[in-house]
Amino acid sequence: MTALADAVDTPFGGGQAAPNRRPARRGRPRSWRIVVLAFTAIFYLLPVLCSVKFSLINQKGTYGVQNYTAIVNNGALRAALFLSLEIAAITAIVVVLLVFPTTVLVRLKLPKLTILMEAVTILPIVVPPVVLAAGLLQMKETAPLWIVNAFFNHPVTVLTPMYVVLAMPLMYRAVDTGLRAIDLHTLVDASRSLGAGWPTTLWRVVLPNAQTAVLGGMFLTIALVLGEVVIANQLDQSKLTFPLEMIEFASQDNAPGISVAMTLTALAFTFLLLFMLTFVARRRRTNTTGAIS
Amino acid sequence: MLPFLLYMVVFLGLPLYVVVHGALTSGGHFTLSNFSAIFSQSQYLIPLKNSLILSLWSSLGPAIIGVWFAAAVVAGPRDSLLRRVVSSASGVFAYFAGAPLAFVWVASLGTLGVITVFFKSTFGYDLSQHFDISSQVGVGIVYFYFQIPLMVIFITPALEGLKPEWEEAARNLGATRLSYLRHVAVPVLAPSFIAAWLILFGSAFSAFATMLALDGCTEVVVPCKIYFEMSNNVLTNSIPFGLALGTEMILVVGIVMLVYWYVQRRAGRWLR
Repeated sequence: MTALADAVDTPFGGGQAAPNRRPARRGRPRSWRIVVLAFTAIFYLLPVLCSVKFSLINQKGTYGVQNYTAIVNNGALRAALFLSLEIAAITAIVVVLLVFPTTVLVRLKLPKLTILMEAVTILPIVVPPVVLAAGLLQMKETAPLWIVNAFFNHPVTVLTPMYVVLAMPLMYRAVDTGLRAIDLHTLVDASRSLGAGWPTTLWRVVLPNAQTAVLGGMFLTIALVLGEVVIANQLDQSKLTFPLEMIEFASQDNAPGISVAMTLTALAFTFLLLFMLTFVARRRRTNTTGAIS
Repeated sequence: MLPFLLYMVVFLGLPLYVVVHGALTSGGHFTLSNFSAIFSQSQYLIPLKNSLILSLWSSLGPAIIGVWFAAAVVAGPRDSLLRRVVSSASGVFAYFAGAPLAFVWVASLGTLGVITVFFKSTFGYDLSQHFDISSQVGVGIVYFYFQIPLMVIFITPALEGLKPEWEEAARNLGATRLSYLRHVAVPVLAPSFIAAWLILFGSAFSAFATMLALDGCTEVVVPCKIYFEMSNNVLTNSIPFGLALGTEMILVVGIVMLVYWYVQRRAGRWLR
């Protein structure tokens, strides 16, 4: 268990049960806690509440839900939403397929490579997307025509691979935390000694035990795809993705109300997915602790 | 293992290689002229300065706020509602990143934003005269909005690693809470804090989505300049300069990551 894996954690379940619970607080209440929590609550809730109000003012200046119904009624917007959800779904599946077996393998057989995994998966957080996009634009200029046709000419084919790279860190962290919470060696040994092959072991034994962690990583991937604009903006503007439509509505069509409504919908959607998962994670933890450990 | 690494090489390594390669060649020959241009002309140096200043304060501020906030949350019971809300929300805010969150602030502090309108109608004070959401300060505030959650994600494990026994031991030996913080908690946490701050710095330095969403390249930073150079290729052949700037960003991020690795190795010493 190396340094980085300890220092990073995904914000959802799958972690170990707390071995070192805080000592019970006695005596005077901790006023600094209240101050800090109140400050952050205001800093986060105030703009969100303002946005709710802002999004409920429609273009005629009266209150209404037109900005929200536009997401479904406006054809371009609906297309963008489906495009983004399609990209998000493919991205989430590909990133699981790439990261999950690799992480299991590294934890089981190649713990020395953990350092390498951490190094590789920290990169997408700090490598500027604008530089990635610049590199891709250059490749598009010089690539043979068939690659351009097969790869660069549709948002799904050009954006999905890049989003998989961007989603790698959060999926790795999610899976790594999830695997640390279960007794991987015992599970795999048991499964293998009962005659299961590697694919069966991964799919039917390890994956169900790391379910919440993997799902959490997939939900965060959806959040990422619904928010990424830099690469999409530079590479493909023939079909706009959902976040690009957000910008388009605010700058081109002068309807920031719709952009804000889209933002809030996307935020609420992914927040609820993750929030519900914390309850599942907790139930599983209490159910399975006895069984596994 | 192999498919994973191969994928990263092709889709992360290759674009970066193309950028560096393009910056170092001109007409098929090796050259450093693009670099001497971006490191001598003020139109390329000013964005770098702006970028470094913006990233510095919009990573240090969230790092400090984030560590206090995370500490306040960690001090509470583990399965509390607060804990769940914070863990889910920090994931969403951190990974949604700049563009959508920019609109939350447009709705609050933009020219027609709710707070701006409220100030105008209640106090007769026109906020938009003094504050522009697409200025450096405005953009930085939006950065705070996703940097604080990122800090919470990165620092929480370190805070959880602070053993209660250490505090009890210190207290038994007569330490006040303040001296416990000063002599135990801060030294143990310092490497983790610096490591997390470095990641925040890198994330602020490479962020461009907020500016794209706010149309906010008013004071140019490096990503804006790259964007302009890469897209204005019809009039002047500015692409090599865009690529050189890209290489410059890779260099800065590379240095930050090297320091990160060094610090992170020390962070692991206590928090295992």
